[in-house]
Parts: sequence; C-alpha cells; structure tokens
Amino acid sequence: MISVRFKVNNEWVELLVHPHHRLIDILREELDLTGAKEGCGGGECGSCTVIMNGQPVNACLVLAPEVDGAEILTVEGLSKDEELDIVQEAFIDEGALQCGYCTPGMIMSAKALLMRNPNPTREEVIEAISGNLCRCTGYIRIVNAVLKAAQKARV
Amino acid sequence: MIKKESYIGKSVKRKDGPEKVTGSAKYVGDLKFGSMLYAKILRSKYAHAKIIRIDTSKAEKLPGVKAVVTGKDFPQRMGLYLLDRTPYAVDKVRYYGEPVAGVAAVSEEIAQKAIELIEVEYEELPAVLDPREGMKEGAPLIHPDLKNYEHVPAIYPKPDTNISNHFKIRKGNVEEGFAKSDYIFEGEYYVPQIQHTPIETHTAIVMCDSTGKFTIWSSNQSPNAVRKILSHSLKIPMTKIRVLGPYCGGGFGAKAGVNIEAPLIPLALKLRNKPIKYVTTREEEFRDTFVRQGMYAKIKTGVTKEGRIVAQELEMVWDAGAYNEYGVNITRAAGYSSAGVYDIPYMKTDSYCVYTNKPNGGPLRGFGMSEMHWAIEQHMDMIAHKLGMDPIEFRLKNIQRDGSTNATGQVLKDVGIEKCILRAKELIGWEEIKGEPKPELSSGKVRAKGLACMIKAPAMPNNAASSAIVKFNDDGTVALLITAQEIGQGAFTALAQICAEELGVPEDWIKVSQPDTDYTAYEWQTVASRITYSAGNAVIRAARDAKRQLLEMGAKHFGVPLEELDVYDGYVYVVADPARKIAVKDIALGLTLPDGSGWGGPVIGKGVFIPEGVVSFDKETGQSPKGVSHWTYGVQAVDIEVDVDTGKIDVKKVVAVYDIGKVINPDLAKAQTEGGIIQGLSTALFEEMKFDEKGKLLNPSFVDYKIATAAELPEMIIDFIETPLEDGPYGARGFGEHVMVPTAPAIANALYNALGIRINTLPLTAEKVRKAIKEKYGI
Repeated sequence: MISVRFKVNNEWVELLVHPHHRLIDILREELDLTGAKEGCGGGECGSCTVIMNGQPVNACLVLAPEVDGAEILTVEGLSKDEELDIVQEAFIDEGALQCGYCTPGMIMSAKALLMRNPNPTREEVIEAISGNLCRCTGYIRIVNAVLKAAQKARV
Repeated sequence: MIKKESYIGKSVKRKDGPEKVTGSAKYVGDLKFGSMLYAKILRSKYAHAKIIRIDTSKAEKLPGVKAVVTGKDFPQRMGLYLLDRTPYAVDKVRYYGEPVAGVAAVSEEIAQKAIELIEVEYEELPAVLDPREGMKEGAPLIHPDLKNYEHVPAIYPKPDTNISNHFKIRKGNVEEGFAKSDYIFEGEYYVPQIQHTPIETHTAIVMCDSTGKFTIWSSNQSPNAVRKILSHSLKIPMTKIRVLGPYCGGGFGAKAGVNIEAPLIPLALKLRNKPIKYVTTREEEFRDTFVRQGMYAKIKTGVTKEGRIVAQELEMVWDAGAYNEYGVNITRAAGYSSAGVYDIPYMKTDSYCVYTNKPNGGPLRGFGMSEMHWAIEQHMDMIAHKLGMDPIEFRLKNIQRDGSTNATGQVLKDVGIEKCILRAKELIGWEEIKGEPKPELSSGKVRAKGLACMIKAPAMPNNAASSAIVKFNDDGTVALLITAQEIGQGAFTALAQICAEELGVPEDWIKVSQPDTDYTAYEWQTVASRITYSAGNAVIRAARDAKRQLLEMGAKHFGVPLEELDVYDGYVYVVADPARKIAVKDIALGLTLPDGSGWGGPVIGKGVFIPEGVVSFDKETGQSPKGVSHWTYGVQAVDIEVDVDTGKIDVKKVVAVYDIGKVINPDLAKAQTEGGIIQGLSTALFEEMKFDEKGKLLNPSFVDYKIATAAELPEMIIDFIETPLEDGPYGARGFGEHVMVPTAPAIANALYNALGIRINTLPLTAEKVRKAIKEKYGI
C-alpha cells in the first residue's frame, strides 16, 4: 500500500491505496464518486473521463501513484448544490443524453475542451469528444450542447 | 372556459436529465452494500466440447474465496420462449465463452485468481460454425435433447436437428405466382453476428436471505420476465423474488430476458445474506452476452414487365448461436414480416433458426428487421435497375396500401408508407435513377443517393400486458408506478406527459417509479418498441381512473353532477364557472365535508392494457387475420461519397421519415432517430464479429471492433408522418428500434447508384468496396 495525497473537486484527500489500483478504483470504490463509469477498462470508450491537472484523462488508465499531488475534477465537482455547470445545463437543454452512462465522461471531455479553448469550432468539438463512445444519441445533440455551452459562456 | 394546454406533441425536457448530468443517477455498478462479495466466471475455451472433469478444489482453498459453483449446482433449463439454456454448462459446452464455473470472493481480484485455479478437462467435439451446414442432415447435434425442451406453442423446433424454430409463410401457391411473372430475379445476402455494445456492460447484484427470498438489482430491460423465468426454474413463488431496475446504461435488446442474473443464483443460494456483484468485462460483453444473429438470405422474386411484383420466395437461415431461447422469436418475426413494405400476392417464406457453436443470438434493436431488410431492400433496388426503372418508381408500384395484404394475409389499413417515401424523396432531393450508373472515376470521389424502406411490428406474445398505478401524494403530486424501464429511450418522460395530460396536473408533478417487481405494476418487458404504445395505454386508463375519483369528490364537494366538472392545472373546477374550484391536494387523500367528517379516500388509479384481437399464425401457412398488434413504416434516404482510391464510404446526409401515428414528444422522437441512424451507419460500415476456425471471437474490444464515433456524424434530416393507429395512445404507433433498420441497405443502394457495385454482405468496409472497384473497373 502506498499513501497518496491529492485534490478531488477542490478538497484534499489522503488515502492508502494499492499501487496497481487505478484512479477509477479510487474514485468509485474509496471516495464513492461513482459519476465516472467504467465501460471498457482499456481507455477505449471514454466513459471514465475526468479532468486531471486541467487535462481530460481516462481514469482507468491512470495508476494510483500518478495521482499523488494531482488536482482531479469529476462530474460531481461541476455543480454546486443544485446549480449546474453551463455544460451540464446545455446537455439538458439540447437533450444530449439518453441512457446517461457515457454522459459524465462526455461532459468532462467537453468541459476540458472549453477550459483550454473557450471558443471551439464544430470540428474541434467533434475531435474533443471522438474518444468518448455513445451508443444512444448519435452524437449530434452532444456536439450542439457543447457549442451552446461555449456560446453561453461567452455571453 | 379554461383554455387547456396539451402535453401531447410537446418537447418536454427529459425527466432524468438533471440526475444524469450530475452523476447522481445510480446504475447497478454504482451500488455498494456492506459485506458485498464479487463474482467472476470461468468460461469455456472450446466452441463445442464434452466436460470430462471439473476440479474446483484449489480455487475453494484460496483465502477470500467464499463459494465455487458449477453446472451441477443449478442444472435447470430456462429461457423466454424455449427453455434450452442453463446458467452454467452442464456436461458439455456449446460456445467459446460459455460459463463453466462461478466464484464469489471478497474481492474481484481474488475471484479472478480463483477461476484461474479451476481445472477443467474437455473432450473436443466437432463444432458447427455455419448454420447452413448445421441444418444439414448428419451435422453434429448441438442440443440432442431438443425434443424434450419446454417451449411456447408459437415456435416449432425440429427434433433431432439443429433447427430450433422453423417459421413458414405459404400465401397462395408461389409456383403459380412465378408462372404468372415475366421475369425472375434471384439474390443472396448475408449479415454477420454483431454486438449491441451498450456502454454499460451487463451488471447485477443478487442476494438470497435466510428465508430464501432473492433480491436482484440488475441492469435489465425485463424485471418481470426475470422474475418469471427464475421463479419457474427455481420452482419458488414470485413472492420470493424481487427484481429492481435502477437506471439501465443502454440495452438495445442485449438486456432483455434473463442474462447474468442467472449465474449468480447458485452462488447466492450458498452464501445467504451476502449481496454478490458481477460486472461483465467488455471482453465478456462482446462474446458472452446476446449478440445479433447472423443471417443468410436467398430471395427469388417474380415480376411482370410492368414492374409489378407477383411472387416472392425467401429463405432465411439464422446463425443463432448456442442457445436460442430468445432467437427463436426473431426468426418468427422476420418470417411474418417477410413481405417488407410490399404487396405481394404469392409468397413462400422459410425462416430457420439454427443452433451454431457461437455466441447466443438474441434481440438487437430491430429484432430481425435490420437483417431481413438488408436483403429485401437491396433486392428491390437490384430488380428496379434490371427493369430500367427508378428505385422509387418501382417501390411506389409495389408498396402496401390500404386494402393490401401482407405476408400473413392480413388486410391492411391506415398504411402510411407512400407518404413516407414521397416526403423522403423530397427531403433528399432525389433525381431519377435508371439503369447502371456511369461514374466519373477520375475525380477520385463519386457521390450518389440511395433509399430503403422498412416495416416492423412489436414482436411479442399475443397477450403481452402492461399496467400502471397512479397514486396521489398528500401535496397533490403523483407517483406513477410502472415496471417499464428507462433505458435511454425517454419512456419516463413520455409516460409522464401522458399521465399529466389525462390527470390535469402539471407534468413536473409526476414522479415515475423505477421498476421494483414487489411494488410496481406489471410490465411484460421493455422491448419491441412497445412501451409508449402499450404502457402508454395503461397509463391513460390509470390516469382516467384516478381522475374519475377526483371528479367524484369534486361532485360531492360542489354538489354538482360529476359530468359538469373537469381537472386542469392541479384544480378540480366547475366547467361552467371555473372560479368554483378546489385544489387537487385538498382532496388527494379524501374529501372533508363541511361538517368536518371525511368522505372518499386516497386517490389511486389503475389501468391495464393488452392489444386486443391478435390471433396466432397458422402453423403451416403463417396466415392470420391480425397476427400482430400493429405495423410501423419508415424510410431512409442517404447521400454518400465514395473515395475511389481507398473504398471508404463517407455518409454525407441521411433523411429519415417514419409514420409513427402521433408524435408524443418531438424532441425525444428525433433524438431516438438520430441515435438509430448512427447505430445503423455503424453496422453498415464497420461492425462484424470475427471468429477463427475454432469458433473463438477474434475482436472482443473497441480497438478491434469499431463502432461509430462523433467523427462519423452526417447531416440528419428527420420528419414524421402521423397516420393514427386505432388503439394507439392518441394514435401513437410503436417506435424506436425502427430507426436503424433501413440505414445499411440505403447506404448499400447508394453505393450501387454511385459505382454500379453491389456488395451483399455486411459490413461495407473500405476494403470490400476497394476490391469491388478494382474488379469492376480494373483500377
């Protein structure tokens, strides 16, 4: 077991974890942050996407020791009480979700894009979410939601 | 008069939106209980083999292992239509990946180590990997006991063969039809097995308490069917099985019927009061949960010089995998739908469900329709081109109209396919296509349009039932208790709209329950695109029942006849004098009379629905005056660009027009259609389960089995026709699965229109297209 100290959703946590455990295990099993979902365990589907030090990462590909000192943002950290983040609101307004399983990962990929590029083109949005698989929506409303969130953020 | 605003036809926002965007929505995998154990399953390494010996002793001794089970612990056969499946293999394995033993341990890691310690000795048997070989006399029998298996009366297994169902259509004498034809056209088409790939893999938690009561949390489309099937095989009453359905992370049919709940049952029986959790890995999801059946189709069509279809002979041979408990009904559905959207006087159809030593065939969005229309819709285009007719012109000569008969001899009414075709033609900007295309290859890219039609009925038992309970809370808000599952399609939103519309309360007052078979009202299954239609009707009736109770109390309160009252916006009011009103919340639990005494009681409405007048098909001819509850028609047209150098197909635009009777929620209906188009496009261009010569799946990952991403997004134009269905809620027809059915044949038809190439096997990979270009043009 090793000790890691890192920030999750703006709060410091310190944990003893197995070195071969992954960030997704820590979030879901240790911290009860079940928003990030496991869809493949191999970095292929993007449903476990969270933001680590400002970058979108597949939480299933990050090993526990790498988390030490990092700053992690999960979907649970986006809303404050019942006040939603602009991306979350846009997903609801555009109907950009169906079964909802890929949604947290999709939202975090979108959020990471808007953090580094507040003014993305349609192509940039598509590129940013092309690592996130969705079998329900056909993606179009997701793309529209991200563009709408960007537009709203600019106003 | 109060001007009422209707919720029907309104794009109400999804009720599950806020939970799902915040991570608050709980899926089975998110649930955690004290003293929870974790299961892993040892799976067969052979497609077909006798189990000589299983030694679990080393696994049992591993610290942290709590129980190990094998086939002998739960040998009962189970299934939805044909009871041919056991949770673990008994005596022999029938596909690569079949469960052989299960372990429950204190962690997933220990459970995984334990299954690696289980020793199994096999004796390999010859495997059947091609159903055309498997149905031949003398083929190795996959289920020698087939004749003894229990099954529903609507399916016809052939004893001592690998044929688990043979559905026949005999409409007139087809040979007579061919004799009346001027031309005969024949074609063969093939679809491989493919995977649903819901992003949430199958997940379940099963617990058996000290009284023998099971509680099952499952990512499942069919809580009542799970309870029924398990109760039947365990021989325990349904009061001893409670199935709960938290949010389901995508189903597409894969989570219909009983799935991974079953292998957890013997573990739970051994480990009382311990919830046992099992999360299917992505590799297992690909190989060991339901797959879409493969299918080989042979069509022979007789046509007159004028382009009128006279006769059709169709043989469909389904690659249905090792267990066909569900697949038998897909074979049946394709059989009775085998006219497609066409009016064909003489028909002969043979649809064979055939056991193979491959993953289990099961329902996948479309339930046989995608596979069958891949064949029929390409065949129709091929005939049109041979006759020198435009594919739309040819279709308009032959489609079903009011008064036409379909494959089963049913006289049709309220048929909207013509409107769909004409609207799609307009939206895609169709220009007449006649004869073989003459592409300009030098530009490197060739663009063309193509179109395909579809038809589908809900495939379900004649008496598949829905029910609903509407229960008022003290504050006038409403609990709608149903067992329909929210698998992403928007059922909770559409049903809440219907409930609010009928009750006369605001839509956001309605809270829709998640399935809990101990308490929520019966629902057959969330499949067959039947929820808005069937559960919708039950909700209407339940809400009307509840509303009548509100009106009775209002009548007593105001001292006027019930007929003079109505409910709107949360008030019961006198229609002639709307100022006289009483809030629903003030009477939701009963009325207080002026003298202080009570009257009436808490308002609870109930509603039930079974489609009436659905008559079984004749065994020998497949004929029935009304064999299904209703039909839904649709059309898709595509505009594609083919890269001549690479063979890559780029789908630029898709037009989809469906006649869904009544659009309850336009946004949700459109969203369903968009998703289906992309799933259809994905199956058209990429998806195929590939096996080695021993029946081992070679591509069980998203790296090797590609599905469409946002990068494949075409322009989508969607429109709806509304030809009301007599017994549909507000006229609504079943809709949802239909949206992926015509996409693949429409793309294939566009490919022909671009380059004169017809590829009759899915998927239309760049490699296949390039090869065909080379063969045809030598470049």
